[in-house]
Amino acid sequence: MVEYRIDRRSGVATYLQIVQQTHQALRLGLLEPGDKLPTAREVVEATAINPNTVLKAYRELEREGLVEARRGLGTFVRRSLGSAPADSPLRGELLDWAGRARAAGLERDDVAALFAAVLEEQFPPPQSEPPAKTAPRAQPATTMGDPA
Amino acid sequence: MTDTAIEAADLTLAYGRRRAPALNGCSFRLAAGRVCALVGPNGAGKSTLLALAAGLLRPTSGRLAVLGTAPAAARPRVAYVAQDKPLHPGLSVAETLRLGAELNRGSWDAELAARVVADGDLDAGARVCSLSGGQRTRLALALALGKRAELLLLDEPMADLDPLARHRLMGTLMAEAAEHGTTVVMSSHILGELADACDHLLLVSGGRVRLGGGVDDLVHAHALVTGTGRVADLARHTVVESRATGRGLTALIRTDGPVDPAWDVAEPSLEELLLAHLRAPDAPALITPGTTATRAVAA
Repeated sequence: MVEYRIDRRSGVATYLQIVQQTHQALRLGLLEPGDKLPTAREVVEATAINPNTVLKAYRELEREGLVEARRGLGTFVRRSLGSAPADSPLRGELLDWAGRARAAGLERDDVAALFAAVLEEQFPPPQSEPPAKTAPRAQPATTMGDPA
Repeated sequence: MTDTAIEAADLTLAYGRRRAPALNGCSFRLAAGRVCALVGPNGAGKSTLLALAAGLLRPTSGRLAVLGTAPAAARPRVAYVAQDKPLHPGLSVAETLRLGAELNRGSWDAELAARVVADGDLDAGARVCSLSGGQRTRLALALALGKRAELLLLDEPMADLDPLARHRLMGTLMAEAAEHGTTVVMSSHILGELADACDHLLLVSGGRVRLGGGVDDLVHAHALVTGTGRVADLARHTVVESRATGRGLTALIRTDGPVDPAWDVAEPSLEELLLAHLRAPDAPALITPGTTATRAVAA
């Protein structure tokens, strides 16, 4: 059974935290098709959040096709996400790499920065991001056209 | 059954002729099954509103319906925990629970009441007068929850509880709401932990409802804008509050149509929304559609 942790200071909407943590559990193989998500009652009893927030998160997961609500039975996982279960060999290699980074004297932030840079290089984010409602973000210099 | 938990129309209560009325033309509707935060500064009229809904006070004028009937008639289906948590000081914890069972025959949930008490390490034989403030709160909430009411009216329920007890009791309340569709109204002068638990908000100040409606609806109706324009440029919207920031301006507005793209627009947090309205007592009230008192209200 997954347990959700709600961080009130994260600035991420509470329902979205539940959605993201479910994605994470699916990616890591902590949840697999056929598994049951905790009931709204169980989630709110542990987290003290509003029941409608949980239902909103579950509706979003259902819309994404990841889970399905079965009347009177609960909400069940329909399909998994990604292919990097917690016990995959790739995780082992990453663990080795992290050990070598530590041995080389890198600190947590150094490792995170390095990882983020490689991630950015190998998995560029989709270009067609919907326009943000908030202030526009600065574009990376490499994608800016030079009219001159 | 009714889909409305509380409906107030022009509700007014004056404690004396010479004093300003505690409630002054209060109108709103709260749908059944909602978890509502009743917030406002000290002396705003929160406790008065809850006591009226519990049928303990009579309004000077205006009308109020609770669960589709008069507040006094709804009392068997309502649980009310007053701010000072009145309990019989001479009874023990176990005797208090037994009293709850005797007074609520047929609906008493002994298992739930016992669990709420056991969670707090209360000694069953301890007299109420020997309990700490937090322990009394827990016992009072155990009585209210054991009653299995359709509507829980809680006046500052968490004020003297430690953070862990607060979180646990809020979890228990939310579990009740999830399982039984219980309507909960909780007052507080700080928003704090209520923010995540509530889906409905009533902001009361000066005896009136300033904001009323679903939390998401209220937040979406407003925007926090920053830019180098002037307040006059925002005239098509309702400016709740504005402040100079450097060379520019930050304003919390109630939007009417799209905002000029020259402004940076962000969604305010619930806390920002409340503080802005408390600092600007003259800003017009907003009660979102579906949460205004519409139908005839029982006398």
